[in-house]
Amino acid sequence: MTPLLSVQGVTKHYGAHIGCADVSFDLYPGEVMGIVGESGSGKSTLLNCMAGHLPPDAGQVIFDTRGDGPRDTLTMSEPERRMLGRTDWAFVHQHARDGLRMGVSAGGNVGERLMAVGARHYGDIRERATDWLDRVEIDSDRVDDRPTTFSGGMQQRLQIARNLVTGPRLVFMDEPTGGLDVSVQARLLDLLRGLVRDMGLSAIIVTHDLAVVRLLADRLMVMKSGRVVEAGLTDQVLDDPQHPYSQLLVSSVLQV
Amino acid sequence: MSDYNFAYLDEQTKRMIRRAILKGLAIPGYQVPFASREMPMPYGWGTGGVQVSAAVLTPDDTLKVIDQGADDTTNAVSIRSFFERTAGVETTTTTQEATVIQTRHRIPEEPLSEDQILVYQVPIPEPLRFLEPRESETRKMHALEEYGLMHVKLYEDIARHGHIATSYAYPVKVEGRYVMDPSPIPKFDNPKLGDMPAIQLFGAGREQRIYALPPYTQVVSLDFQDHTFEASKADQVCGLCGAEDSYLDEVIIDDKGGRLFCCSDTDYCEGRRARGYKGPAFPGSEVAA
Repeated sequence: MTPLLSVQGVTKHYGAHIGCADVSFDLYPGEVMGIVGESGSGKSTLLNCMAGHLPPDAGQVIFDTRGDGPRDTLTMSEPERRMLGRTDWAFVHQHARDGLRMGVSAGGNVGERLMAVGARHYGDIRERATDWLDRVEIDSDRVDDRPTTFSGGMQQRLQIARNLVTGPRLVFMDEPTGGLDVSVQARLLDLLRGLVRDMGLSAIIVTHDLAVVRLLADRLMVMKSGRVVEAGLTDQVLDDPQHPYSQLLVSSVLQV
Repeated sequence: MSDYNFAYLDEQTKRMIRRAILKGLAIPGYQVPFASREMPMPYGWGTGGVQVSAAVLTPDDTLKVIDQGADDTTNAVSIRSFFERTAGVETTTTTQEATVIQTRHRIPEEPLSEDQILVYQVPIPEPLRFLEPRESETRKMHALEEYGLMHVKLYEDIARHGHIATSYAYPVKVEGRYVMDPSPIPKFDNPKLGDMPAIQLFGAGREQRIYALPPYTQVVSLDFQDHTFEASKADQVCGLCGAEDSYLDEVIIDDKGGRLFCCSDTDYCEGRRARGYKGPAFPGSEVAA
Protein backbone atom coordinates (compact mmCIF):
# COMPACT_ATOMS: atom_id res chain seq x y z
CA MET A 1 0.00 0.00 0.00
CA THR A 2 1.34 3.43 -0.94
CA PRO A 3 1.50 5.86 1.95
CA LEU A 4 -0.64 8.96 1.37
CA LEU A 5 2.09 11.12 2.83
CA SER A 6 5.67 10.10 3.31
CA VAL A 7 7.90 12.46 5.26
CA GLN A 8 11.64 11.88 4.95
CA GLY A 9 14.24 13.60 7.10
CA VAL A 10 12.50 16.98 7.34
CA THR A 11 14.79 19.49 9.03
CA LYS A 12 14.29 23.17 9.69
CA HIS A 13 16.70 25.51 11.42
CA TYR A 14 16.00 29.01 12.63
CA GLY A 15 19.52 30.39 12.48
CA ALA A 16 21.49 28.41 15.04
CA HIS A 17 18.34 27.04 16.65
CA ILE A 18 16.72 23.80 15.64
CA GLY A 19 13.08 24.07 14.55
CA CYS A 20 12.73 20.38 13.89
CA ALA A 21 15.38 17.87 12.98
CA ASP A 22 15.36 14.75 10.85
CA VAL A 23 11.69 13.83 11.17
CA SER A 24 10.51 10.88 9.10
CA PHE A 25 7.23 8.98 9.07
CA ASP A 26 4.63 7.50 6.73
CA LEU A 27 0.93 8.26 6.89
CA TYR A 28 -1.44 5.77 5.27
CA PRO A 29 -4.88 6.59 3.82
CA GLY A 30 -7.53 6.86 6.51
CA GLU A 31 -5.00 7.15 9.27
CA VAL A 32 -4.87 9.91 11.87
CA MET A 33 -1.48 10.86 13.21
CA GLY A 34 -1.07 12.85 16.39
CA ILE A 35 1.98 14.96 17.14
CA VAL A 36 2.36 15.96 20.78
CA GLY A 37 4.98 17.82 22.72
CA GLU A 38 5.41 20.91 24.83
CA SER A 39 5.51 24.48 23.52
CA GLY A 40 8.61 25.08 21.44
CA SER A 41 9.17 21.40 20.71
CA GLY A 42 8.88 21.97 16.97
CA LYS A 43 5.42 20.50 16.32
CA SER A 44 4.04 23.54 14.56
CA THR A 45 7.26 24.03 12.59
CA LEU A 46 6.99 20.47 11.38
CA LEU A 47 3.33 20.89 10.46
CA ASN A 48 4.02 24.10 8.55
CA CYS A 49 6.89 22.46 6.71
CA MET A 50 4.66 19.57 5.65
CA ALA A 51 1.80 21.84 4.61
CA GLY A 52 4.08 23.97 2.46
CA HIS A 53 3.80 27.11 4.58
CA LEU A 54 7.49 27.00 5.52
CA PRO A 55 10.33 25.78 3.31
CA PRO A 56 12.32 23.14 5.24
CA ASP A 57 16.14 23.15 5.00
CA ALA A 58 16.31 19.47 4.14
CA GLY A 59 14.06 16.50 3.58
CA GLN A 60 11.20 15.38 1.40
CA VAL A 61 7.43 15.50 1.79
CA ILE A 62 6.03 12.99 -0.68
CA PHE A 63 2.29 13.12 -1.27
CA ASP A 64 0.37 10.52 -3.26
CA THR A 65 -1.35 12.85 -5.76
CA ARG A 66 -4.54 11.81 -7.54
CA GLY A 67 -3.10 12.36 -10.98
CA ASP A 68 0.58 11.49 -10.95
CA GLY A 69 1.07 9.25 -7.92
CA PRO A 70 3.68 9.99 -5.23
CA ARG A 71 5.43 13.34 -5.72
CA ASP A 72 7.67 15.48 -3.56
CA THR A 73 5.56 18.55 -2.74
CA LEU A 74 8.64 20.59 -1.89
CA THR A 75 10.00 20.43 -5.44
CA MET A 76 6.57 20.92 -7.00
CA SER A 77 5.91 24.20 -8.74
CA GLU A 78 4.08 26.74 -6.64
CA PRO A 79 0.84 26.67 -8.68
CA GLU A 80 0.65 22.89 -8.21
CA ARG A 81 1.28 23.18 -4.49
CA ARG A 82 -1.34 25.90 -4.09
CA MET A 83 -3.76 23.81 -6.11
CA LEU A 84 -3.17 20.93 -3.68
CA GLY A 85 -3.81 23.38 -0.84
CA ARG A 86 -7.23 24.16 -2.30
CA THR A 87 -8.28 20.65 -3.24
CA ASP A 88 -6.69 17.60 -1.62
CA TRP A 89 -5.28 19.35 1.41
CA ALA A 90 -6.91 21.30 4.17
CA PHE A 91 -5.39 23.29 7.01
CA VAL A 92 -7.26 24.00 10.23
CA HIS A 93 -5.65 26.81 12.19
CA GLN A 94 -5.60 27.05 15.95
CA HIS A 95 -7.23 30.46 15.80
CA ALA A 96 -10.30 30.40 13.57
CA ARG A 97 -9.58 34.02 12.69
CA ASP A 98 -6.45 32.95 10.84
CA GLY A 99 -8.36 30.50 8.69
CA LEU A 100 -11.55 32.45 8.07
CA ARG A 101 -12.36 35.64 6.23
CA MET A 102 -13.94 37.62 9.01
CA GLY A 103 -15.51 40.19 6.68
CA VAL A 104 -17.31 37.58 4.59
CA SER A 105 -20.50 35.72 5.54
CA ALA A 106 -20.42 32.10 6.74
CA GLY A 107 -21.80 30.92 3.39
CA GLY A 108 -19.15 32.89 1.52
CA ASN A 109 -16.45 31.41 3.71
CA VAL A 110 -17.55 27.86 2.97
CA GLY A 111 -18.16 28.66 -0.70
CA GLU A 112 -14.75 30.21 -1.27
CA ARG A 113 -12.96 26.92 -1.83
CA LEU A 114 -15.71 25.81 -4.21
CA MET A 115 -15.41 29.02 -6.19
CA ALA A 116 -11.63 28.69 -6.12
CA VAL A 117 -11.88 25.39 -7.96
CA GLY A 118 -14.31 26.80 -10.51
CA ALA A 119 -17.88 26.57 -9.15
CA ARG A 120 -19.88 29.34 -10.83
CA HIS A 121 -23.47 28.50 -9.96
CA TYR A 122 -24.73 30.55 -7.04
CA GLY A 123 -27.59 28.20 -6.15
CA ASP A 124 -25.32 25.14 -6.03
CA ILE A 125 -22.66 26.89 -4.00
CA ARG A 126 -25.19 28.08 -1.49
CA GLU A 127 -26.81 24.68 -1.22
CA ARG A 128 -23.49 22.99 -0.50
CA ALA A 129 -22.53 25.70 1.98
CA THR A 130 -25.81 25.28 3.83
CA ASP A 131 -25.39 21.51 3.80
CA TRP A 132 -21.94 21.82 5.33
CA LEU A 133 -23.06 24.27 7.98
CA ASP A 134 -25.63 21.67 8.89
CA ARG A 135 -22.99 18.95 9.13
CA VAL A 136 -20.90 21.01 11.54
CA GLU A 137 -24.01 21.80 13.58
CA ILE A 138 -24.38 25.45 12.69
CA ASP A 139 -27.95 26.58 12.20
CA SER A 140 -28.55 27.09 8.48
CA ASP A 141 -30.26 30.44 9.06
CA ARG A 142 -26.86 31.76 10.16
CA VAL A 143 -25.55 31.28 6.61
CA ASP A 144 -25.55 35.02 5.87
CA ASP A 145 -24.07 36.08 9.21
CA ARG A 146 -20.45 37.04 9.50
CA PRO A 147 -18.10 34.90 11.60
CA THR A 148 -17.53 37.91 13.87
CA THR A 149 -21.00 37.26 15.28
CA PHE A 150 -20.16 33.59 16.01
CA SER A 151 -18.84 32.16 19.27
CA GLY A 152 -15.34 30.69 19.38
CA GLY A 153 -16.60 27.13 19.03
CA MET A 154 -18.85 28.02 16.11
CA GLN A 155 -15.99 29.82 14.37
CA GLN A 156 -13.84 26.74 14.73
CA ARG A 157 -16.62 24.53 13.32
CA LEU A 158 -17.10 26.98 10.47
CA GLN A 159 -13.40 26.78 9.73
CA ILE A 160 -13.66 23.01 9.58
CA ALA A 161 -16.65 23.18 7.22
CA ARG A 162 -14.80 25.62 4.99
CA ASN A 163 -11.85 23.25 4.79
CA LEU A 164 -13.73 20.03 4.22
CA VAL A 165 -16.20 21.27 1.59
CA THR A 166 -13.99 20.30 -1.35
CA GLY A 167 -13.53 16.77 0.02
CA PRO A 168 -9.80 16.86 0.84
CA ARG A 169 -7.90 13.65 1.50
CA LEU A 170 -5.43 15.05 4.01
CA VAL A 171 -6.16 17.53 6.79
CA PHE A 172 -3.51 19.33 8.78
CA MET A 173 -4.75 20.54 12.14
CA ASP A 174 -2.85 22.88 14.41
CA GLU A 175 -4.30 22.72 17.93
CA PRO A 176 -7.88 22.56 16.66
CA THR A 177 -9.32 22.66 20.17
CA GLY A 178 -6.94 25.25 21.63
CA GLY A 179 -8.60 28.19 23.31
CA LEU A 180 -12.01 26.53 23.62
CA ASP A 181 -13.63 25.59 26.91
CA VAL A 182 -13.89 21.91 27.76
CA SER A 183 -17.53 21.26 26.90
CA VAL A 184 -17.13 22.98 23.52
CA GLN A 185 -13.89 21.01 23.02
CA ALA A 186 -15.73 17.78 23.66
CA ARG A 187 -18.41 18.58 21.07
CA LEU A 188 -15.81 19.65 18.55
CA LEU A 189 -13.81 16.47 19.07
CA ASP A 190 -16.92 14.40 18.72
CA LEU A 191 -17.75 16.18 15.48
CA LEU A 192 -14.22 15.83 14.15
CA ARG A 193 -14.11 12.14 14.97
CA GLY A 194 -17.38 11.62 13.14
CA LEU A 195 -16.22 13.54 10.07
CA VAL A 196 -12.82 11.88 9.94
CA ARG A 197 -14.36 8.42 10.15
CA ASP A 198 -17.25 9.10 7.74
CA MET A 199 -15.14 10.70 5.06
CA GLY A 200 -12.18 8.35 5.53
CA LEU A 201 -9.90 11.33 5.95
CA SER A 202 -6.26 11.16 6.80
CA ALA A 203 -5.20 13.77 9.28
CA ILE A 204 -2.17 15.08 11.07
CA ILE A 205 -3.08 16.71 14.36
CA VAL A 206 -0.67 18.82 16.31
CA THR A 207 -1.67 19.36 19.91
CA HIS A 208 -0.38 19.49 23.45
CA ASP A 209 -3.64 18.04 24.71
CA LEU A 210 -3.29 14.29 25.24
CA ALA A 211 -7.06 13.83 25.45
CA VAL A 212 -7.36 15.02 21.85
CA VAL A 213 -4.94 12.46 20.51
CA ARG A 214 -6.41 9.71 22.70
CA LEU A 215 -9.78 10.32 21.04
CA LEU A 216 -8.74 11.02 17.48
CA ALA A 217 -5.31 9.66 16.66
CA ASP A 218 -4.39 6.13 15.59
CA ARG A 219 -0.72 6.77 15.93
CA LEU A 220 1.31 9.19 17.95
CA MET A 221 4.66 10.94 17.77
CA VAL A 222 6.14 12.64 20.81
CA MET A 223 8.46 15.55 20.07
CA LYS A 224 10.97 17.28 22.26
CA SER A 225 13.50 19.96 21.28
CA GLY A 226 12.76 19.49 17.60
CA ARG A 227 13.25 15.73 17.55
CA VAL A 228 10.88 12.79 17.67
CA VAL A 229 11.62 10.96 20.90
CA GLU A 230 8.96 8.30 20.73
CA ALA A 231 6.46 7.04 18.18
CA GLY A 232 3.89 4.28 18.11
CA LEU A 233 0.24 3.38 18.44
CA THR A 234 -1.60 5.96 20.51
CA ASP A 235 -2.76 3.64 23.27
CA GLN A 236 0.63 2.00 23.45
CA VAL A 237 2.50 5.28 23.87
CA LEU A 238 0.02 6.75 26.31
CA ASP A 239 -0.38 3.63 28.46
CA ASP A 240 3.22 2.50 28.43
CA PRO A 241 5.48 5.47 27.66
CA GLN A 242 9.14 4.48 27.28
CA HIS A 243 11.03 7.74 26.92
CA PRO A 244 11.44 9.81 30.09
CA TYR A 245 9.90 12.83 28.43
CA SER A 246 6.83 10.86 27.34
CA GLN A 247 6.49 9.54 30.86
CA LEU A 248 6.65 13.09 32.19
CA LEU A 249 4.09 14.23 29.64
CA VAL A 250 1.63 11.45 30.47
CA SER A 251 2.05 11.85 34.22
CA SER A 252 1.56 15.63 33.96
CA VAL A 253 -2.09 15.24 32.99
CA LEU A 254 -4.36 16.10 35.89
CA GLN A 255 -6.73 13.34 36.92
CA VAL A 256 -10.05 14.74 38.02
CA MET B 1 3.67 77.92 -25.45
CA SER B 2 5.15 78.12 -21.96
CA ASP B 3 8.45 77.42 -20.28
CA TYR B 4 7.35 73.89 -19.44
CA ASN B 5 8.68 70.93 -21.34
CA PHE B 6 5.96 69.71 -23.73
CA ALA B 7 3.11 68.25 -21.62
CA TYR B 8 4.77 69.12 -18.29
CA LEU B 9 6.78 65.88 -17.78
CA ASP B 10 10.41 65.64 -18.88
CA GLU B 11 11.24 63.42 -21.84
CA GLN B 12 12.85 60.62 -19.79
CA THR B 13 9.77 60.34 -17.60
CA LYS B 14 7.47 60.19 -20.60
CA ARG B 15 9.71 57.54 -22.10
CA MET B 16 9.46 55.48 -18.91
CA ILE B 17 5.68 55.81 -18.90
CA ARG B 18 5.45 54.88 -22.59
CA ARG B 19 7.41 51.72 -21.90
CA ALA B 20 4.94 50.83 -19.14
CA ILE B 21 2.07 51.55 -21.54
CA LEU B 22 3.58 49.34 -24.25
CA LYS B 23 4.04 46.55 -21.76
CA GLY B 24 0.46 47.01 -20.60
CA LEU B 25 -0.78 46.80 -24.19
CA ALA B 26 1.26 43.66 -24.76
CA ILE B 27 -0.28 41.97 -21.71
CA PRO B 28 -3.90 43.20 -21.66
CA GLY B 29 -5.23 43.67 -18.15
CA TYR B 30 -1.87 43.20 -16.41
CA GLN B 31 -0.97 45.95 -13.94
CA VAL B 32 2.45 47.32 -14.86
CA PRO B 33 4.27 49.11 -12.04
CA PHE B 34 5.73 52.49 -13.00
CA ALA B 35 7.57 55.26 -11.19
CA SER B 36 4.69 57.66 -10.73
CA ARG B 37 5.76 61.30 -10.40
CA GLU B 38 4.50 64.05 -8.17
CA MET B 39 2.04 66.08 -10.20
CA PRO B 40 0.85 69.62 -9.42
CA MET B 41 -2.50 68.29 -8.17
CA PRO B 42 -3.56 66.11 -5.25
CA TYR B 43 -3.82 62.33 -5.45
CA GLY B 44 -7.37 61.37 -6.31
CA TRP B 45 -7.65 64.17 -8.87
CA GLY B 46 -6.32 62.10 -11.71
CA THR B 47 -2.54 62.13 -11.30
CA GLY B 48 -2.27 58.72 -12.97
CA GLY B 49 -4.48 59.68 -15.89
CA VAL B 50 -2.63 62.97 -16.37
CA GLN B 51 0.74 61.22 -16.54
CA VAL B 52 -0.54 58.72 -19.08
CA SER B 53 -2.12 61.52 -21.13
CA ALA B 54 1.12 63.51 -20.98
CA ALA B 55 3.04 60.49 -22.26
CA VAL B 56 0.75 59.86 -25.24
CA LEU B 57 0.01 63.47 -26.26
CA THR B 58 1.61 64.88 -29.42
CA PRO B 59 1.44 68.54 -30.47
CA ASP B 60 -1.17 67.67 -33.14
CA ASP B 61 -3.56 66.02 -30.69
CA THR B 62 -6.90 67.37 -29.59
CA LEU B 63 -7.70 66.70 -25.96
CA LYS B 64 -11.03 66.15 -24.27
CA VAL B 65 -11.39 65.66 -20.51
CA ILE B 66 -14.44 64.07 -18.92
CA ASP B 67 -15.30 64.16 -15.23
CA GLN B 68 -18.22 61.84 -14.37
CA GLY B 69 -19.41 62.31 -17.95
CA ALA B 70 -19.32 66.10 -17.79
CA ASP B 71 -16.94 68.49 -19.57
CA ASP B 72 -17.67 71.48 -17.37
CA THR B 73 -16.86 70.35 -13.83
CA THR B 74 -13.77 71.25 -11.81
CA ASN B 75 -11.66 68.23 -12.63
CA ALA B 76 -12.35 68.41 -16.36
CA VAL B 77 -11.82 72.16 -16.62
CA SER B 78 -8.60 72.20 -14.62
CA ILE B 79 -6.97 69.27 -16.41
CA ARG B 80 -7.95 70.74 -19.77
CA SER B 81 -6.39 74.08 -18.90
CA PHE B 82 -3.35 72.29 -17.47
CA PHE B 83 -2.59 70.75 -20.85
CA GLU B 84 -3.49 73.95 -22.70
CA ARG B 85 -0.78 75.69 -20.70
CA THR B 86 1.88 73.01 -20.56
CA ALA B 87 1.43 71.38 -23.97
CA GLY B 88 -0.37 74.01 -26.00
CA VAL B 89 -2.62 71.35 -27.55
CA GLU B 90 -6.08 72.00 -28.89
CA THR B 91 -8.88 71.07 -26.51
CA THR B 92 -12.47 70.24 -27.26
CA THR B 93 -15.59 69.02 -25.56
CA THR B 94 -16.83 67.15 -28.63
CA THR B 95 -16.18 63.43 -28.45
CA GLN B 96 -15.65 62.87 -32.21
CA GLU B 97 -13.16 65.73 -32.57
CA ALA B 98 -10.90 64.53 -29.76
CA THR B 99 -7.92 62.26 -30.40
CA VAL B 100 -7.02 61.79 -26.74
CA ILE B 101 -9.81 61.62 -24.16
CA GLN B 102 -8.97 61.54 -20.48
CA THR B 103 -11.91 60.31 -18.45
CA ARG B 104 -12.97 59.87 -14.89
CA HIS B 105 -15.78 57.37 -14.20
CA ARG B 106 -17.43 57.27 -17.65
CA ILE B 107 -17.05 56.05 -21.22
CA PRO B 108 -18.56 58.49 -23.76
CA GLU B 109 -21.91 57.48 -25.22
CA GLU B 110 -20.70 58.15 -28.78
CA PRO B 111 -18.82 55.12 -30.13
CA LEU B 112 -15.07 55.76 -30.30
CA SER B 113 -12.90 55.10 -33.35
CA GLU B 114 -9.52 53.54 -34.07
CA ASP B 115 -7.67 56.86 -34.10
CA GLN B 116 -8.69 57.76 -30.55
CA ILE B 117 -7.11 56.98 -27.18
CA LEU B 118 -9.20 56.79 -24.02
CA VAL B 119 -7.27 57.40 -20.79
CA TYR B 120 -8.90 56.42 -17.48
CA GLN B 121 -8.11 57.81 -14.06
CA VAL B 122 -7.93 54.91 -11.62
CA PRO B 123 -8.05 55.26 -7.83
CA ILE B 124 -7.42 51.62 -6.84
CA PRO B 125 -6.23 49.38 -9.68
CA GLU B 126 -6.33 46.12 -7.72
CA PRO B 127 -9.75 44.45 -8.04
CA LEU B 128 -8.92 42.00 -5.24
CA ARG B 129 -7.78 44.68 -2.80
CA PHE B 130 -10.75 44.82 -0.47
CA LEU B 131 -10.79 41.04 -0.09
CA GLU B 132 -7.05 40.47 0.17
CA PRO B 133 -5.06 43.34 1.66
CA ARG B 134 -1.60 41.86 0.99
CA GLU B 135 -0.06 43.07 -2.27
CA SER B 136 2.35 40.11 -2.30
CA GLU B 137 -0.63 37.78 -2.18
CA THR B 138 -2.75 39.55 -4.82
CA ARG B 139 0.18 39.56 -7.24
CA LYS B 140 0.55 35.83 -6.71
CA MET B 141 -3.16 35.36 -7.27
CA HIS B 142 -2.95 37.23 -10.59
CA ALA B 143 0.14 35.29 -11.60
CA LEU B 144 -1.48 31.93 -10.83
CA GLU B 145 -4.93 32.93 -12.09
CA GLU B 146 -6.51 32.27 -8.69
CA TYR B 147 -9.62 34.36 -9.07
CA GLY B 148 -12.08 32.45 -6.88
CA LEU B 149 -12.01 35.29 -4.39
CA MET B 150 -13.53 37.71 -6.90
CA HIS B 151 -16.62 35.54 -7.00
CA VAL B 152 -16.76 35.53 -3.19
CA LYS B 153 -17.42 39.26 -3.44
CA LEU B 154 -20.23 38.70 -5.94
CA TYR B 155 -21.56 35.84 -3.77
CA GLU B 156 -21.72 38.22 -0.81
CA ASP B 157 -23.65 40.71 -2.92
CA ILE B 158 -26.29 38.16 -3.85
CA ALA B 159 -26.48 36.76 -0.31
CA ARG B 160 -27.08 40.22 1.09
CA HIS B 161 -29.12 41.96 -1.61
CA GLY B 162 -30.62 39.16 -3.66
CA HIS B 163 -28.78 40.29 -6.79
CA ILE B 164 -25.29 41.48 -7.72
CA ALA B 165 -25.44 44.93 -6.20
CA THR B 166 -21.99 46.07 -7.34
CA SER B 167 -22.94 48.91 -9.66
CA TYR B 168 -19.60 50.48 -10.47
CA ALA B 169 -15.98 49.27 -10.72
CA TYR B 170 -17.51 45.95 -11.74
CA PRO B 171 -14.70 43.38 -12.21
CA VAL B 172 -14.00 42.08 -15.71
CA LYS B 173 -11.89 39.30 -17.17
CA VAL B 174 -9.66 40.33 -20.07
CA GLU B 175 -8.99 37.89 -22.92
CA GLY B 176 -9.78 34.99 -20.58
CA ARG B 177 -6.75 35.76 -18.44
CA TYR B 178 -6.39 38.77 -16.13
CA VAL B 179 -9.16 40.02 -13.87
CA MET B 180 -9.18 43.80 -14.08
CA ASP B 181 -10.78 46.71 -12.28
CA PRO B 182 -12.26 48.90 -15.04
CA SER B 183 -11.94 51.98 -12.74
CA PRO B 184 -15.13 53.26 -11.14
CA ILE B 185 -17.19 53.42 -14.35
CA PRO B 186 -20.84 52.39 -13.90
CA LYS B 187 -21.46 48.79 -14.88
CA PHE B 188 -23.69 50.23 -17.63
CA ASP B 189 -20.42 51.07 -19.43
CA ASN B 190 -18.86 47.61 -18.99
CA PRO B 191 -20.13 46.21 -22.33
CA LYS B 192 -18.41 49.11 -24.14
CA LEU B 193 -15.00 48.04 -22.80
CA GLY B 194 -14.88 44.96 -24.99
CA ASP B 195 -14.23 45.10 -28.73
CA MET B 196 -13.64 48.84 -28.58
CA PRO B 197 -11.78 50.23 -31.64
CA ALA B 198 -9.97 52.84 -29.51
CA ILE B 199 -6.96 52.13 -27.30
CA GLN B 200 -7.87 52.19 -23.60
CA LEU B 201 -5.18 53.12 -21.06
CA PHE B 202 -5.59 53.10 -17.29
CA GLY B 203 -3.35 55.12 -14.99
CA ALA B 204 -3.26 54.97 -11.18
CA GLY B 205 -0.90 57.64 -9.85
CA ARG B 206 -0.91 56.97 -6.13
CA GLU B 207 -0.80 53.21 -6.58
CA GLN B 208 1.79 53.52 -9.36
CA ARG B 209 0.19 51.16 -11.83
CA ILE B 210 -0.62 51.37 -15.53
CA TYR B 211 -2.72 48.85 -17.42
CA ALA B 212 -4.24 48.80 -20.85
CA LEU B 213 -6.73 47.29 -23.26
CA PRO B 214 -5.58 47.21 -26.90
CA PRO B 215 -8.26 47.73 -29.57
CA TYR B 216 -10.79 44.94 -30.05
CA THR B 217 -9.95 43.12 -26.83
CA GLN B 218 -12.35 40.58 -25.36
CA VAL B 219 -13.63 41.83 -22.01
CA VAL B 220 -16.14 39.79 -20.02
CA SER B 221 -17.89 40.95 -16.86
CA LEU B 222 -17.75 38.31 -14.13
CA ASP B 223 -21.01 36.71 -13.00
CA PHE B 224 -22.70 33.50 -11.89
CA GLN B 225 -24.49 31.08 -14.19
CA ASP B 226 -27.76 31.71 -12.35
CA HIS B 227 -27.15 35.42 -11.66
CA THR B 228 -25.89 36.87 -14.90
CA PHE B 229 -24.34 40.27 -15.48
CA GLU B 230 -26.75 43.05 -16.32
CA ALA B 231 -25.75 46.54 -17.48
CA SER B 232 -28.16 48.67 -15.49
CA LYS B 233 -29.19 52.31 -15.52
CA ALA B 234 -31.99 54.41 -14.05
CA ASP B 235 -35.29 53.39 -15.59
CA GLN B 236 -36.02 56.86 -16.99
CA VAL B 237 -35.37 59.00 -20.06
CA CYS B 238 -33.13 62.07 -20.08
CA GLY B 239 -35.18 65.07 -18.96
CA LEU B 240 -33.25 67.41 -21.24
CA CYS B 241 -32.79 65.50 -24.48
CA GLY B 242 -35.16 62.57 -24.08
CA ALA B 243 -32.45 59.94 -24.74
CA GLU B 244 -33.46 56.44 -23.64
CA ASP B 245 -30.14 54.72 -24.23
CA SER B 246 -27.73 56.86 -22.24
CA TYR B 247 -26.56 56.64 -18.64
CA LEU B 248 -28.47 59.07 -16.43
CA ASP B 249 -27.57 61.21 -13.45
CA GLU B 250 -30.18 62.03 -10.86
CA VAL B 251 -30.05 65.72 -10.04
CA ILE B 252 -31.91 67.40 -7.15
CA ILE B 253 -33.27 70.65 -8.55
CA ASP B 254 -35.07 72.30 -5.62
CA ASP B 255 -35.74 71.80 -1.90
CA LYS B 256 -39.23 70.36 -2.47
CA GLY B 257 -38.13 66.93 -3.64
CA GLY B 258 -37.94 67.92 -7.28
CA ARG B 259 -35.53 65.85 -9.29
CA LEU B 260 -34.31 65.57 -12.83
CA PHE B 261 -32.78 62.62 -14.65
CA CYS B 262 -30.39 63.77 -17.32
CA CYS B 263 -27.57 62.31 -19.43
CA SER B 264 -24.33 62.09 -17.50
CA ASP B 265 -22.49 62.56 -20.82
CA THR B 266 -22.99 66.32 -21.32
CA ASP B 267 -21.55 66.36 -24.84
CA TYR B 268 -23.96 63.64 -25.98
CA CYS B 269 -26.89 65.49 -24.40
CA GLU B 270 -25.96 68.85 -25.91
CA GLY B 271 -25.47 67.27 -29.31
CA ARG B 272 -28.93 65.77 -29.21
CA ARG B 273 -30.53 69.01 -28.05
CA ALA B 274 -28.74 70.90 -30.85
CA ARG B 275 -30.34 68.45 -33.28
CA GLY B 276 -33.74 69.36 -31.85
CA TYR B 277 -34.46 66.54 -29.39
CA LYS B 278 -36.32 67.66 -26.28
CA GLY B 279 -36.91 65.78 -23.07
CA PRO B 280 -39.86 65.82 -20.64
CA ALA B 281 -38.26 68.60 -18.57
CA PHE B 282 -39.31 71.04 -21.29
CA PRO B 283 -43.10 71.54 -21.26
CA GLY B 284 -44.78 70.83 -24.53
CA SER B 285 -42.16 68.37 -25.78
CA GLU B 286 -43.33 65.18 -27.48
CA VAL B 287 -41.99 62.98 -24.63
CA ALA B 288 -44.24 64.29 -21.89
CA ALA B 289 -43.30 63.75 -18.26
